[in-house]
Amino acid sequence: MTLAVFFGCTFIAFGPAFSLFLFTIARDPLRIIILIAGSVWGWGPWATSGHRAFFWLVSLLLSSLIWFIAVKASDPHDEPLQKGLLIFGVMFSVLLQEAFRFLYYKLLRKAIEGLVALSEDGCSPISIQQMAYVAGVGFGLMSGAFSMINLLADALGPGTVGIHGDSQLYFLTSAFMTMVLIFLHTFWGILFFHGCENRRWWEIVAVVVMHLAVSGSTFCNPLYVGSLVPSYVLMAIAAVWAYMLSGGSVQNLRRFLLCAQSEASPQPAS
Amino acid sequence: MITFMNNSDSEDEPCNERTSLMSAESPPVPSYQDGLQASETREAQTHRKRQTGSSRSPNNVADEDASDSDVRVRESALENEEEELTLKYGAKHVIMLFVPVTLCMIVVVATIKSVRFYTEKNGQLIYTPFSEDTPSVGQRLLNSVLNTIIMISVIVVMTVFLVVLYKYRCYKFIHGWLILSSFMLLFLFTYIYLGEVLKTYNVAMDYPTVILIIWNFGAVGMICIHWKGPLQLQQAYLIMISALMALVFIKYLPEWSAWVILGAISIYDLIAVLCPKGPLRMLVETAQERNEPIFPALIYSSAMIWTVGMAKPDTAAKGQSQQTWDAEDERENHSSTSHSDSQILDTRSPAPSHPITLEEMEEEERGVKLGLGDFIFYSVLVGKAAATPSGDWNTTLACFVAILIGLCLTLLLLAVFKKALPALPISITFGLIFYFSTDNLVRPFMDTLTWLPRF
Repeated sequence: MTLAVFFGCTFIAFGPAFSLFLFTIARDPLRIIILIAGSVWGWGPWATSGHRAFFWLVSLLLSSLIWFIAVKASDPHDEPLQKGLLIFGVMFSVLLQEAFRFLYYKLLRKAIEGLVALSEDGCSPISIQQMAYVAGVGFGLMSGAFSMINLLADALGPGTVGIHGDSQLYFLTSAFMTMVLIFLHTFWGILFFHGCENRRWWEIVAVVVMHLAVSGSTFCNPLYVGSLVPSYVLMAIAAVWAYMLSGGSVQNLRRFLLCAQSEASPQPAS
Repeated sequence: MITFMNNSDSEDEPCNERTSLMSAESPPVPSYQDGLQASETREAQTHRKRQTGSSRSPNNVADEDASDSDVRVRESALENEEEELTLKYGAKHVIMLFVPVTLCMIVVVATIKSVRFYTEKNGQLIYTPFSEDTPSVGQRLLNSVLNTIIMISVIVVMTVFLVVLYKYRCYKFIHGWLILSSFMLLFLFTYIYLGEVLKTYNVAMDYPTVILIIWNFGAVGMICIHWKGPLQLQQAYLIMISALMALVFIKYLPEWSAWVILGAISIYDLIAVLCPKGPLRMLVETAQERNEPIFPALIYSSAMIWTVGMAKPDTAAKGQSQQTWDAEDERENHSSTSHSDSQILDTRSPAPSHPITLEEMEEEERGVKLGLGDFIFYSVLVGKAAATPSGDWNTTLACFVAILIGLCLTLLLLAVFKKALPALPISITFGLIFYFSTDNLVRPFMDTLTWLPRF
């Protein structure tokens, strides 16, 4: 609980995401708008059960609403019921987040058609893959921010972590969890949009199942550290899959690592 | 309010294509007026650029004037090109406004969260005389509504007064008023702010140092805002005085009154800017008739000063900056801000008054202007969200994103409608929805979740 913990956890949780933002998104104003719009959209599911952050926010709002109604309608002293309701709320919010991701996909498709119609040479200035990537980062940043920011604010103040017998690594594990979640959202964005574009339903189902698995794993273990490893494994799988879908390959990777003459990078193709 | 300075409302739509088609041949007449001429030259450049790009000779202009169908096709093609240009710049303009709005909000939130002074209740403004310390909820609601009515009427009166003064060309009066109010803001409020920050961090500072700092800060601010200065310094000062003003509001407006006032002000903004007899609309139209910029000093301007190859840049620039600073202080003179600043203007600062070559056109930056009142009320909303006793950051973050999205949508509408638009309603509505829903719905959800992490 000091500045050291604060900065450490901030950089662990948000460092990779902000560097992604800086290097790939910050220079193009259109991408910034898509990022912020996506994050708002993601908020909706949270609130009911709860230009990208907007969509996540709306989904958060909607899912918190559902949870709130359910809680009010139930007995507040029934512990297992409350926990069950919470789990239900989280699952519902996961489903709603994916639904909002789909809605956002539809909105971005319309936007691309508009941009193509208005452009000089019939090409949109931004492709759907880039939008998928930016949308994923937006969702991820917003969900990460919502989960970490109160923790970070508390980390600045006085106190001792785990003094009552809980895990002493709570802040650290939360930070790592947030980081993996931001990455996961990014990759899920790419996978999801690719699945929607090419009508491959199993990709969409895989994204939803992964999301449920990651959320569910955090409930199952009391120690919370145990859910980190599966999440990282899932992230690696999603990363490789998204990379392959974006046109990457082992040769590209090798050439990139050897700094050879090609532009292999883990970003979606423009 | 957002406006496009260079298109007066009605009569230009059919004329523009024709005049610009013709002016593709001959350069526009040099004139001190930037309004209409600028729009025509701008479109002339656009068309000239397009024509060169698509290798159409200027001779075709005369031919196509003759045939109506060709002109109609051309008009739609030109409109599309115009739209595309607007859209291309549109995203850039959005970001150019995101950054100052974000900075202002960050300053306000940082201050609220760290300096206790601005969240302590130490009395109220005379504009909100009814206290909210009442036992019953109904009484409290009634008091806040009454406070709102008084506050809004004060604002309406001040705005109408400003419009009347402007109409009757009492520039000296407006000028003096503005200087007085910005003087107070830059010196007195900054002094108080500095004092409170030093108290919070327990830093000792002697009076000579304080006097030196405040004097320099204030004097440079006055010069930058009211006379000339580097654009970025001027922008920084405008952001700082908006933040100071917002902090004053946050401190002295009671809880419920603040929220009701925010709602009422966005409705007022909507009416004042869009209704034909609204004071702000009249202000914009008067300024357009006289081809003067609307109080640019009351307005945050993100426009690049465009000096490449201008025949007489200085006189035009000076002329505008003289008038620009008149209206600004008037607004800050009162704790209530008048609404001439709830405007976003899309104009080009010093418009060139001579034929522009293609290369200069490539470098042109169209600026977008946002009234300082908008900055202030956005920051009040986010600051009030940050000042809630529960100390929740999620609410602040949600309101922040909501306001940015509202701003984005408003700018999109500006690109579509190309006339004066109120900047408050959409953002404040989103902000209010997100504040109340996050505070009451998401917060319990997230709090319970942190006991059992996760999602």
